[in-house]
Amino acid sequence: MTRLKTLALAALVSAFALPAFADEPGPGGSKPPKPKDGADIYRMYCQVCHMADGKGAVGAGAFPALASNARIGTAQYAIYMIEKGKGGMPYFSDSLSPAQVADVVNYIRTHFGNDYKDAVTAKDVEPMAKPPTQARR
Amino acid sequence: MESGRQTPTRRQLLHAIGLMGGTAALYQMMTTFGHAAESRFPGPPNLAGARKGASVIVLGAGLAGMLAAYELEKAGYSVRILEYQNRPGGRNWTLRGGDKITEMGGATQTVQFAKGNYLNPGPWRIPHHHHTLLHYCKKFGVALEPFIQFNHNAYVHNTDAFGGAPQRFRSLAADFEGNVAELLSKAIDQKSLDTKLTAEDQDKFKEALRTWGMLDEDMKYAKNLRSSSHRGFELPPGGGVNGAPKPSDLFPLNEVVKSGIAANMAFFMNDEFQTTMFQPVGGMDMIGKGFAKQVDRLITYNAKVTKLMQDKKGVSVTYTDLVKGGTVTAEAEFCVCTIPLTVLSQIETNLSEKKTAAIQAVPYSNSVKIGLEMRRRFWEEDQDIYGGHSFTNQEISLVSYPNFDFFKDGPAVLLGAFAGGPGGYHLGGMTPEQRIEAALAQGEVFHPNAYRKNFMNGVSVAWNRVPWVMGCCARWNEDTRKEHYQELVALEDRIVLAGEHASYVGCWMEGSLLSSIDAITRLHKRALEA
Repeated sequence: MTRLKTLALAALVSAFALPAFADEPGPGGSKPPKPKDGADIYRMYCQVCHMADGKGAVGAGAFPALASNARIGTAQYAIYMIEKGKGGMPYFSDSLSPAQVADVVNYIRTHFGNDYKDAVTAKDVEPMAKPPTQARR
Repeated sequence: MESGRQTPTRRQLLHAIGLMGGTAALYQMMTTFGHAAESRFPGPPNLAGARKGASVIVLGAGLAGMLAAYELEKAGYSVRILEYQNRPGGRNWTLRGGDKITEMGGATQTVQFAKGNYLNPGPWRIPHHHHTLLHYCKKFGVALEPFIQFNHNAYVHNTDAFGGAPQRFRSLAADFEGNVAELLSKAIDQKSLDTKLTAEDQDKFKEALRTWGMLDEDMKYAKNLRSSSHRGFELPPGGGVNGAPKPSDLFPLNEVVKSGIAANMAFFMNDEFQTTMFQPVGGMDMIGKGFAKQVDRLITYNAKVTKLMQDKKGVSVTYTDLVKGGTVTAEAEFCVCTIPLTVLSQIETNLSEKKTAAIQAVPYSNSVKIGLEMRRRFWEEDQDIYGGHSFTNQEISLVSYPNFDFFKDGPAVLLGAFAGGPGGYHLGGMTPEQRIEAALAQGEVFHPNAYRKNFMNGVSVAWNRVPWVMGCCARWNEDTRKEHYQELVALEDRIVLAGEHASYVGCWMEGSLLSSIDAITRLHKRALEA
């Protein structure tokens, strides 16, 4: 099965077959707008936590700044965090394709004061891109 | 039946099974009989024999923390609670006129709702089988009223069906079921139904399909008064001279399928979304307030925990006083930690590596809710919708109508968005003003002439940006359950975690309470051994 089909299936399963979480709206919301490029993906997926200016935010814990964050100098680190998640950072392996992850990594690494020249492609993402097994609860 | 021998009564049978197989078998059998239901509430915990004055510090004054404090104190423990916010309840929360909220990133909203109106940003409906929550609501005097979960007359909207026009749930469901019944009936006639049914059973099955699918004498789903009695009439029955009803046209089957109605029907089948559902009268936070009445004197508010350490003698918790400033260290023999994992994963602890890995392994979901206050109840007055939800495939997911004060004049608040997944991230990333505009633009599809005209004000909560939780609730999957769940819930010497994240009833208040009962029961056992 191609990855896109897998993604579509995962979306179908989570959207239609098993709505059991209290915070799940049910069958609605199944057709969100499609992001066109890395900037769009950032705006539609990332800026809720990392903020429009990439500076993150502080509450009881903190969402780290992407602006001037030396860690994302290593593209593989950024890819890993998006695909696998950790702590407050959710994984996006079930919602973004490898090409989309590459696009947004390239966007983040060339904006918010970052200027890393080594762009990544979907091929760099694929080895880490395995969506987790879906579960009901 | 043979004379002298009787079929055992159900109670006799249950008793016998209980003796033979113990409680597990008994429970399973009761489930078979339809007696036991979904939530596994064991009854309030039995913490008898506590060493008087043994101390427990509880982190977090949400439902899990307050339940733990209430039951532990009742058992004789010396208990105190540290809470980050200046109010009890945690995600059990209600916003009313005058409330001011500041989200991460700094955007501030002041709620403008009229008196009596509210938004429940977090939990908003309670399944009838969430026994633990219902038990404590009753015990603490929290009045509940019906939550209208299922409304046949609300809408389903899909941008890819019916040219984007919403249709009533009942019409789509009727046509879906009618077509399924007719097709199945044909399959039986053509012997193409792979079934072990006898000829007689097949006839019975066909008759059942006719009844259920509103088919006519020829087993056809057709435009007539019978199908209209399910899907709605063109002209409903009336009185007098022109009282005769007129049937309505059926929808084309391909459009019915495209509308996604099957997913809507399946949603209502789920055990946690079946009627009857409840809500507290006056807002969801009545539950948190009910718990707080019991334990408020134990709570230190505005306490931001920065460090959680344990050794052979006890637990020490370091926190910052967010109002007065300054750092304080509190000591206790044991600790129940209900801090959400998003936050706990950033607090310094000396918990084991495995426990720490578990704490970091569970992402949180991202719901966004938007409350819109409208000048009048146009959904009731113009469209006969009393409570329930209209679903859309747009990012807002649904519009949900208030379940109280029916027929009342004056402003009412509806839920203008309940977004998750991509839509939740997208709406959450907007400014509060942009969120309201998106909710109006998408929601007006259901109420085109009334929505914007009656809009007065609105408020939005993007759970990712709520400073004290930084997410909505824990999202496990099969892999993380396998690898980390037991590690997360395990009592580690003097510290035990509790909350919805430490349950299989994730995101539900019931999960947080069940987790709490289980955690304090184990902690009590550990304390007795100390």
